Amino acid sequence: MEKRVTFRGWWLPALLIAPQVLISAVFFFYPAGQAIWQSLFIPDPFGLSSQFVGLGNFEFLLSDKFYRASFATTAVFSILVTLCSMIPALFLAVIADRLIKGSGVYRTLLIWPYAVAPAVAGVLWLFMFNTRVGVVSWYLGNLGYDWNHVLNGGEAMGLVVVASAWGRISYNFLFFFAALQAVPKSVIEAAAIDGARFWKRFWTIVLPLLSPTTFFLLVVNVVYSFFETFGVIHTITSGGPQQSTTILVYKVFSDGFVGQDLGSSSAQSVILLIVVGLLTVIQFKFVEKRVHY
Amino acid sequence: MKRSLLGGLAASTAILFPMIASAQTEVQFWHAFTGRLGELVKAQVEEFNASQSDYVVVESHKGNYSETLNAGIAAFRAGEQPHILMVFEVGTATMMAAGGAIKPVHEVMAQSGAEFDPDAYIGAVKGYYTSTDGEMLSLPFNSSTPVLWVNRDAMQEAGVDPDTDLSTWQNVGAVLDQLKEGGEECGLVTAWQSWIHLENFSAYHDVPFATQDNGFAGLDTELALNGPAQIAHLTAMGEWAQDGKFIYTGRRNEGGANFRAGECALFTESSAGYAGISSEAEFEFDVRPLPYWEGVGNAPQNTIIGGASLWVMEGHEDAEYKGVGEFLSFLSSSDVQASWHQNTGYLPITAEAGVATRAAGFYEQNPGTDIAVIQMTAKEPTANSKGLRLGSFDQIRGIIDEELEGIWAGDKTAQEAMDSAKERGDALLRRFEAANR
Repeated sequence: MEKRVTFRGWWLPALLIAPQVLISAVFFFYPAGQAIWQSLFIPDPFGLSSQFVGLGNFEFLLSDKFYRASFATTAVFSILVTLCSMIPALFLAVIADRLIKGSGVYRTLLIWPYAVAPAVAGVLWLFMFNTRVGVVSWYLGNLGYDWNHVLNGGEAMGLVVVASAWGRISYNFLFFFAALQAVPKSVIEAAAIDGARFWKRFWTIVLPLLSPTTFFLLVVNVVYSFFETFGVIHTITSGGPQQSTTILVYKVFSDGFVGQDLGSSSAQSVILLIVVGLLTVIQFKFVEKRVHY
Repeated sequence: MKRSLLGGLAASTAILFPMIASAQTEVQFWHAFTGRLGELVKAQVEEFNASQSDYVVVESHKGNYSETLNAGIAAFRAGEQPHILMVFEVGTATMMAAGGAIKPVHEVMAQSGAEFDPDAYIGAVKGYYTSTDGEMLSLPFNSSTPVLWVNRDAMQEAGVDPDTDLSTWQNVGAVLDQLKEGGEECGLVTAWQSWIHLENFSAYHDVPFATQDNGFAGLDTELALNGPAQIAHLTAMGEWAQDGKFIYTGRRNEGGANFRAGECALFTESSAGYAGISSEAEFEFDVRPLPYWEGVGNAPQNTIIGGASLWVMEGHEDAEYKGVGEFLSFLSSSDVQASWHQNTGYLPITAEAGVATRAAGFYEQNPGTDIAVIQMTAKEPTANSKGLRLGSFDQIRGIIDEELEGIWAGDKTAQEAMDSAKERGDALLRRFEAANR
């Protein structure tokens, strides 16, 4: 059974959780409160005056079919980024785990991309796929494929997904690798003696044992693809062509900082907050049931 | 050797700087220029600083136009605003509506006692930045207008006479066919598609881009960019895009790289493309007037400006405003303007600078550099060709860009795209109206 420590009195526990409460208050509750408050107004850009509009900003947003379309774009983008960053990471981790010699070097090299900031990663990928001077688009051209993410929405989406997932593979790799190392050798050996081959062992033993890590990474990667991919989108497509890569968080930025429409931008962050909150609740309620700790 | 030199430099500036700062009044100037233009701005500032000892202007680059405007707004909210902020023409309505954040230039000049004659500025340039009662609100700094750039070598190679008349889109269409037959892979490329092919297009054909005199007459304006003239033009461009005769490269001036590398024959771009093209192009090039559709509207009317103006921000000391006045007066002086105009291809902001440039024989030595000036000033502007004054316009341009991409990709007809642009843009105009009521 679980072990619980009980404190006598209230001041020691209060003191112990104070730093966390303080950090949450300053970096989360205060800005979130501000966003909710500002979402009720249409202010002018310089903050000289503002009009109270109640839920007008939300009404304006939800009646905009382009805003609603951006939910679908975000869903596609997030699912693709999560899959493209987790599956290759798991694959690489399994392979690295089987290495006997040189695994240190291999591991270190795999971690490097994580050190590249998303915006920089965006520029790197853009260089490779630049329609005019990009190396990859040049090779594709030689193969007879006319790469043009400037006009082709599908290609643009593919490019931002790959650029966003790339650096993330390293992060996921680290966690998967650590989790693989923790899988008890005896269990694997027992299965091997029973005649289970590698893939059989992987599906029936290793993967279930990895489930807590997989679940953690799922939550973290979804949150990542919702919020932190902004730099990649900004440097590669700016949300285009048409609206094919305008994800919710990018729209928060472009309405707030290009359009100077802070009311709408705040309302969008509130909506985003609710969406991600709901997603996380769903993940914990339903997906976590299938996780074995 | 290099290191000791750098070290010496660092030490000497460290010693000198505090002395300068304490003796002189500092004026902060935030701008959006990099590359060649950035160097030229720096040179102007250095010249001003060296010319007198009371003020020191400190220039800083704050990113592209949108980023510079944002930096200024964010700084104002934090009480750290610069004295002078460069704002592109698209942000004009935003700045004009922000009465408490800006100090109109005519006021600054009157207070500072610096030399200032509002009539010296060219009407078509000044008109964009003056209030309805004719007072100058911001100082026009860099103003340009779109022209057609021609790669003569590419024309020749494709077997097209480089001196062919390209003054109408009808002719350009025919030339694009010939270029394609002659094996040219990129007939036409453009920069700033909304500015050139919708905003300037409308002014040039004397058809409205938006109601209420393009927003000059009031905040209750609506877009009118889905009129028959615009639709006909975009339909033709869309067909050229489908045939591979017009190559779309991006929303800003990405096409400049293609043209400067000699990959494209024709390029619609600002007259200010001159600085880059003249320094990089390894081929014979020409500047021609922007084409128009023969028989549509009153074309050719006049084109309108793009570029930026300098806004003076509220909340500084009187002594500092005096320095601002002196600096703005210096920038407007004939010599500074003439050399700026000749180096960059931007329009001169005073008539005198234009005259000085002509007198110096610059236009004869560099044929075509006066085309932008002529194109803008040949006819008295009408209500449709004075300029645009629309709120949230940066965002509306984003919407127009998206819809245009729909046309170039062949996903939408010009009519569908522009109807949608109008609907979406109007919603933003209503919000801007609400925010500035």
